[in-house]
Amino acid sequence: MEFLNDLFFNVANIQWQMVVMWLIGGILIYLAIAKDMEPTLLLPMGFGAILVNLPLSGAIGEEGALTVLFNAGIANELFPLILFIGIGAMIDFGPLLSNPKLMLFGAAAQFGIFMTLSLASLFGFDLKDAASIAIIGAADGPTSIFVANTLGSNYVGAIMVAAYSYMALVPIIQPPVIKLLTTKKERCIRMPYEEKSVSKLTRILFPIIITVVVGIVSPASVSLIGFLMFGNLIRECGVLNSLSETAQKVLANLITIFLGITIATKMHYEQFLTPSTLLIIGLGLFAFIFDTAGGVLFAKFLNLFTKKKLNPMIGAAGISAFPMSARVIHKMGLKEDPGNFLLMHTIGVNVSGQIASVIAGGLILNLVG
Amino acid sequence: MNIDVNAFLSTLPIMGKGMLGIFAVTVVIVAAMMLLNRAGSANSEEQ
Repeated sequence: MEFLNDLFFNVANIQWQMVVMWLIGGILIYLAIAKDMEPTLLLPMGFGAILVNLPLSGAIGEEGALTVLFNAGIANELFPLILFIGIGAMIDFGPLLSNPKLMLFGAAAQFGIFMTLSLASLFGFDLKDAASIAIIGAADGPTSIFVANTLGSNYVGAIMVAAYSYMALVPIIQPPVIKLLTTKKERCIRMPYEEKSVSKLTRILFPIIITVVVGIVSPASVSLIGFLMFGNLIRECGVLNSLSETAQKVLANLITIFLGITIATKMHYEQFLTPSTLLIIGLGLFAFIFDTAGGVLFAKFLNLFTKKKLNPMIGAAGISAFPMSARVIHKMGLKEDPGNFLLMHTIGVNVSGQIASVIAGGLILNLVG
Repeated sequence: MNIDVNAFLSTLPIMGKGMLGIFAVTVVIVAAMMLLNRAGSANSEEQ
């Protein structure tokens, strides 16, 4: 009997909050596997949520493996930065370079970030936490982690869960907002794509120039933009194909494995099961909605002055969720008019969102940090 | 949860500066990209 008592003594330490966190972990795993929602991150986060919420879990605490990983890779922002090398190597900026004006939509679609910052302050979050919550609207996991961590937010776990969940929910969140703000006639506007070749010199100089410009304006985000553009330079230089391939696949995959499960360190029930978490999830949705609205309304605004009308739906692709947002809007265009191919425009806007979200993150750090 | 209207109002200038800042940086980047494209096409024509 004593032996059994010794073996199962820890059962007595189970609390109902832990069970709730196991359920949340289970839901994340279910969404990842059954619904294919950002499985590379939601699955490790879900499993990690269970791991850290076991009674007397050895994975956390001063010498716990996840704490060690957190200190080694997230507290110092290393994991999101390294992941950005892989993301930079994956992105072809060609569609944006052939029509640079599309970059303006990337800027407009960051509106939700700044709007959410104000709203989170209204709900009583202090400025740094409000800014960290607002960055969910960047629709960009590494940027969200970087900013929230740099600002020392207490809500990193909830912010990550919201950011990655909403990125996976782009096909559900964006269409109704776009439909609400546009008429059928506007959604049917055709935008013929004129293919322009982009020289190799342009492709090589682009990441360097972006790094210099953004680095000067927003020094706090120079490592973010620098690592993203370094990855892109590896891709475009033409002499490092093997490194580019490694960055796109092996490096990105390795970091992703550790990133999700390590973030779960911040999903301990004491930090996670609070009313603030629900509020943060609501504010994240608000940020995505207003990002989408910002892009669409900006395109409509430009249409007041241009002869060649733009399909305002492309503005919504200015969020950083790449390439999901571009595909969603392209499909919406096809649904309205089967002959309307918006993909190249939406891809251009979508990659500009990747850069704009980093700029927005840097500006947040400049203004609030 | 407490509603803090003063905090909300105090963040409005941040919103304004943020959006203005992002558009200003973007305009510089767009101009740089346009120059790059010109330089690139001139270079390929020479070749």
